[in-house]
Amino acid sequence: MQHRIDPEKIGPQGEVMAHAIEACVHCGFCLPACPTYQVLGEEMDSPRGRIFLMKEVLEGNLSLEEAQPYIDKCLGCLGCVTACPSGVPYGELITSFRAYSEPKRWRSPFQKVFRLGLQETLPYPARFRAAAVLGRLARPLKPLLPPALRAPLELLPEALPPTKPLPALTPAEGPRRSRVALLAGCAQQVLQPGFNWATLRVLARNGVEVVVPQNQVCCGALALHTGERARALHLARKNLEAFAGDYDTILTNAAGCGSGLKEYPLLFRGEPEQDQAQRLAEKVKDISVFLVELGLKEVPPLPHPLRVAYHDACHLAHAQGVRNEPRQLLRSIPGVELVEIPEGELCCGSAGTYNLEQPHIAAALGERKARNILATGAQAVVTGNIGCFAQIEAHLKKLGRPIPVLHTIELLDRAYTGQAPVPAAPADP
Amino acid sequence: MTPALRELEALFPRGLLRQPGELVAYESDALTAFRARPLAVVLPESHEEVAAAVRWCQKHRIPYVARGSGTSLSGGSLPVEGGLVIGLNRMNKLLRLDPKERIAVVQPGFINLQVSLAAAPYSLYYAPDPSSQPVSTIGGNLAFNSGGAHCLKYGMTSNHVLGARVVLPDGETALLGSESLEGIGPDWLGLFVGSEGLLGIATEVTLRLLPRPEAYHTVLAAYDTLEKAGEAVAAVVASGLLPGAMEIMDSLAIEAAEAAVGAGYPREARALLIVELEGETPQVEAEARHLERVIRDSGAYEVRVAQSEAERMKIWKGRKAAFSAVGRLSPDYIVQDGVVPRSKLGQALAEIERLSERYGLRVANVFHAGDGNLHPLILYNGRVAGELERAEELAGEILKLCVALGGSITGEHGVGMEKRAYMPVMFTPADLEAMRRIRRAIDPLELANRGKMFPGSEAKPLSHGPHPLEKAGVIARE
Repeated sequence: MQHRIDPEKIGPQGEVMAHAIEACVHCGFCLPACPTYQVLGEEMDSPRGRIFLMKEVLEGNLSLEEAQPYIDKCLGCLGCVTACPSGVPYGELITSFRAYSEPKRWRSPFQKVFRLGLQETLPYPARFRAAAVLGRLARPLKPLLPPALRAPLELLPEALPPTKPLPALTPAEGPRRSRVALLAGCAQQVLQPGFNWATLRVLARNGVEVVVPQNQVCCGALALHTGERARALHLARKNLEAFAGDYDTILTNAAGCGSGLKEYPLLFRGEPEQDQAQRLAEKVKDISVFLVELGLKEVPPLPHPLRVAYHDACHLAHAQGVRNEPRQLLRSIPGVELVEIPEGELCCGSAGTYNLEQPHIAAALGERKARNILATGAQAVVTGNIGCFAQIEAHLKKLGRPIPVLHTIELLDRAYTGQAPVPAAPADP
Repeated sequence: MTPALRELEALFPRGLLRQPGELVAYESDALTAFRARPLAVVLPESHEEVAAAVRWCQKHRIPYVARGSGTSLSGGSLPVEGGLVIGLNRMNKLLRLDPKERIAVVQPGFINLQVSLAAAPYSLYYAPDPSSQPVSTIGGNLAFNSGGAHCLKYGMTSNHVLGARVVLPDGETALLGSESLEGIGPDWLGLFVGSEGLLGIATEVTLRLLPRPEAYHTVLAAYDTLEKAGEAVAAVVASGLLPGAMEIMDSLAIEAAEAAVGAGYPREARALLIVELEGETPQVEAEARHLERVIRDSGAYEVRVAQSEAERMKIWKGRKAAFSAVGRLSPDYIVQDGVVPRSKLGQALAEIERLSERYGLRVANVFHAGDGNLHPLILYNGRVAGELERAEELAGEILKLCVALGGSITGEHGVGMEKRAYMPVMFTPADLEAMRRIRRAIDPLELANRGKMFPGSEAKPLSHGPHPLEKAGVIARE
């Protein structure tokens, strides 16, 4: 598409944005893939509509305030990237545009405090834990709180699992086949510390030595995707240092963190660490991809057959193109019957902090996802991302049919360790 | 706000878009060379609301255009400058599906592919399959009489629409056609289908469903020249076969489709022919043996047969993504749509190649070879001064070529905004006058999709945002 953007005026990200807009031919193939278009049915809430709006803002024909409500509604799920025949790098466009516009926009004092609160809490496990405890105590006050504060309270789990620090090094069992570094993720360390322990056990069993660099921090994706570029850079710089060791592979077990690390080259564009960021990004692999490439050691059968629905996390399927590997892992567990979820490519509405900032759309999508999952008759649902995990669990519960939600690696771990994969008496008869 | 707008607001308390940030998104359809800012967009949810919007336009003499998913490649759903856009996206329901009668009644915003998905449990499907079928709406398909890869065997949209409830330009309701194939009286529905939104807005459409073919046999043949592929098409037809579809892609189109979806096409081929047989298993098996001989004799250097439904879908995914995928090869391109008699395919392609060289612009070819429907994609860079004009001129030459060879200026994308100027190449002044009189008999004020289809009826809208004077605040549009 034609544009009159002057990349020079916009900075290092200007060229990225101009290129993306140029690649869009406005064909509309993205419309059915866009969750907000599915829910709202209006052109400005579609990917090509947003591309038009961003173009107009960057060209100076439209004020930022006019465009902002629609840009804000984008989940960043990248479903459109999968659907796009002409290869528009929409993720790079929206991320860059948010970084470009955030310092220029007006926000109410309440919004500022709310956003600052999220950014200063979620990425730091100790603070998040403390906030979650406070939040649980505040639950009885929910009806008195402004709506924006109710959503986060609803997503908090009933009880936080106990947590202990991950070992700096977990040796391989038997002959060592590989050595990797693990990004532990921030929110998941508080909400579901079991994911990381399961990851360590499965990797060790498969002959992999795992280093957990102790000075690692949040990957910065939460900040980057909400336009807080400086904050994201600050965090990412610490990780460049933490993961500078001699690792062939940097593993992630949260889809959002994996794609966050893979976005470092975009984040560092025009910065001195550009090359270092590129090298790091090339080493990043999701746990499922790594295990499939390595070749799993034989998995013992489950004690009883289990019908499992696999939910594609957007940041695995759309952002990283990882679809087959998690399914392959699940199929390699004897006793698992894998079923596909209708509308599987549609986002569940979690999308980082989206379910906190746009609770209505997030809830509509969450409910739709939960219904689609239940329609499969699955006894458990498996996914590879903490955000989806929390969202799906909350919405299944809301519908009154809380079938167990597991991380892919948890199901694998339970098969290896001979535990029951889900509690007895599955919800679905 | 003017009294007229206040009235509109009262009619559409929850479906009126007026803010610049909302209107910008509706300025173009899939032909971005044209842009126009509408006065407002309304999103009706019923037949009555569509009628109310049309009556409002009539009362205030405001031109309007109906819009579905905005995928028109001829600018058919481009807003009329300062007019109203009637967005039918909220009227997207399946009203009835009757497997015994083999019909589906849908609202105009219902998506083409969804019809087949809804009919699948009954082993039925909706035959017209434009490449935009996962996106484009039945209302738009009806207005432009959309075709698709399989119209070689099954015909266009007009062959699959049985009836429609429409709002005429005076706001009155008419029922055209019926639920059966046999109607009485003049074929009003036939006049309505393909009228590009000039004769009214359909609010309910009755579609004909067909039994899903029992078996498919999809063959991919690679050639070292485009002519050989073109001749193979003629040979297949001459041999007595009537495949469901016969499509050709040239090397640029193959490159683009491969980059977009990785369909597994032979990348080095100069031309690729896709032939699909369909029907009952014994028939398809017999035809497949026959086809194999014809293709072998046509000089294909590689032949592949889809071994599974997944492989078949992959072949089609590549073909259907080809238009948009060309966006990967060039920042801008014009999708052309012309028809030549099947026997003149080779001649047309050779001439297009000569034109491409003469104008110094690359042309990718993706087309429905079986029915002679060409889709040359003219690649250009709009930032290079004069290239757009050159591309438009080349596009015009191709259309004139189609007419000279005994074909037509459009196969399925319609005239819309893009080809208005070429109507006189195809029709005499008397033809055009007759069409105008039919239009004025139904819409005396020419409000419905004003400015489209007829040559020179309106000034060309701004193609690149506001006028400099407007930007400077000297002039305004309201």
